[in-house]
Amino acid sequence: MTIAPQAAEARAPAAPAARAPAPGHRHEMLYFALRNKKLVFGLCLVSLMLLTAIAGPYLARHAPMEYGGPPGAAPSRDYWLGTTMFGQDVYAQFVNGLRVSFLVGALAGGLAAVIGMLVGFTAGYRGGWTDELLNMLTNVVLVIPTFAVLLVVAAYLTVRGVVIEALLIAFTSWPWAARAIRAQTFSLTSRDFVDVARLSGVPWWKIVLKEIAPMMSSYLFMAFILMFGGAILTAATLDFIGLGPTNTISLGMMMNYSVTNAALQLGFWWWFIPPGLAIMVVVGGLYIMNVGLDEVFNPRLREM
Amino acid sequence: MTRYIARKLLIYGLTFVVAVTIDWAIPRFMPGNPVENLVARISLKPEASEALTSYYTQAFNLDDPWWKEYLNFWVALFHGDLGRSIMQFPTPVTTLIRRSLPYTLGLLIPAILLSWYAGNKVGALAARRKVLDNTVLPVGYVLTATPYMWLGILLAWLLGSTWRVFPVAGGYDFSLRPEWSWVFIQSLLYHWFLPFMSLFLVAFGGWAIGMRNMIIYELESDYAHYLEALGAPSRLVRKYAFRNAMLPQITGLALVIGVVVAGNLVTEIVFSYPGLGSLILNAIQNEDYFLIQGIFLVIIICVLVANFVVDIVYVLVDPRTRTGMVGKRA
Repeated sequence: MTIAPQAAEARAPAAPAARAPAPGHRHEMLYFALRNKKLVFGLCLVSLMLLTAIAGPYLARHAPMEYGGPPGAAPSRDYWLGTTMFGQDVYAQFVNGLRVSFLVGALAGGLAAVIGMLVGFTAGYRGGWTDELLNMLTNVVLVIPTFAVLLVVAAYLTVRGVVIEALLIAFTSWPWAARAIRAQTFSLTSRDFVDVARLSGVPWWKIVLKEIAPMMSSYLFMAFILMFGGAILTAATLDFIGLGPTNTISLGMMMNYSVTNAALQLGFWWWFIPPGLAIMVVVGGLYIMNVGLDEVFNPRLREM
Repeated sequence: MTRYIARKLLIYGLTFVVAVTIDWAIPRFMPGNPVENLVARISLKPEASEALTSYYTQAFNLDDPWWKEYLNFWVALFHGDLGRSIMQFPTPVTTLIRRSLPYTLGLLIPAILLSWYAGNKVGALAARRKVLDNTVLPVGYVLTATPYMWLGILLAWLLGSTWRVFPVAGGYDFSLRPEWSWVFIQSLLYHWFLPFMSLFLVAFGGWAIGMRNMIIYELESDYAHYLEALGAPSRLVRKYAFRNAMLPQITGLALVIGVVVAGNLVTEIVFSYPGLGSLILNAIQNEDYFLIQGIFLVIIICVLVANFVVDIVYVLVDPRTRTGMVGKRA
């Protein structure tokens, strides 16, 4: 999530609005979407990994935490990605860990997007004291190094599941989205069609849902994608420090075990290359998809 | 300008209070009884257990109402008392942190500043230039999507274990003692290089892409088109675009500090670098909660200070904040 937030935030005022979903418009979008190499490439990467995460575990011949293979064996017919120092099947760990990564990413990214929207819409539309308060909250959570908070909370939870980890990440990663959404809501609120809706007595949450949200649906989708990728990275970092889920394997934990058990010195590359590579491919694919989407939605960015 | 700074300070003050409150509240409101758990865990060392029990009863003052406990926590904090480490028992947490902090800052500060500078330069150069853009963009995306620890692992494996160009563990050669000698400083730099590179590279990718995208937005804006229409050389147009694109990048610097700090912690773990990251891994493995809480506070303070520095820079760079035309970003 290194570049994504500030880049997305900085261009927030430029990107939104002005794109009412007209009927013929949708075909045009699809046309540009399929023609956009970045979008298609990113989508392919992510889908490939998703497929591996879904189907992979069914092909595994061993349980991920099961001991019994030859210790530290290189990839072979029996063990497709070799074995760990303790004779566990790296392939089984890898595909199951990938599944966990997608799960945490989707859950945390989705929830963070929802919180960001709730706060952003409310603050931007209501204004006044509500806005002041929510804005203060957003700024505080934005400034606080969320990772440090995750660290302390996770350290005190002795039993941690995938859902808990996703919740923790979601509760700390929504602020930049909330800020960008607030800014856009702010500018959309003064538009004529919103005034008309307000004059006809539509309740405010309905105006937000029916009038304002559709105007920035493309932006909301992109924000979700960025938070998806960011959550996967955060989860991997947390797992690597030893604060990941306690009841399952994950990609970050694989890297942790390999480093702490001297896989680097012993040259067991099959143990630490796949988990990091998978994260890189998934997150990179999501980021590239995001750029592609940006170009599809924003004609000014299309390469001629 | 005073209003801008005052508002920022208010937010930082509030953040600090929230952080301290979290630090105080979490051990108390987590399921189970952490005091009993903690004391039970170190029951192997009777003298430590005894001292700790008394320390806890004193620190938590369990008979006191919660607000009094809370006040006590603040008082202790302002006396610089973060409790005592459990894994190295009588040592105060502050001593352990003070020992590790220089290594962490020595990695973090150069990595953040240099990656920011280089990333902005390269990103600006690459925007709307076909050949360069086609290399910078993919490389940037690969780098920024790489988990910090994995790049560290790769570098340590390739340059450390396989080709043996750089050392893979420690902050300096184990045969040396920390002192101000040329040999020691050389060893320090030698061990510093790989962790620095892994931090630098990941952050660099992010900045380069951010700057490239920002410049493209600027080059598409009205003033840039107007300048072009007037026949200004593209170098001039780019110069103005760069200046405008810098402002969000400075704000971005404040936003990503937390992310880089997290990256720094895991990078240190990969290289067994004697900074806060390795300390926190030890603390987690030994369930040394005082140490974890102490490191948490130190990280918060560092990040808040860094944010404030960025704000000051922003005031110096953006005249609008000085004349009181506070933008919405304030």
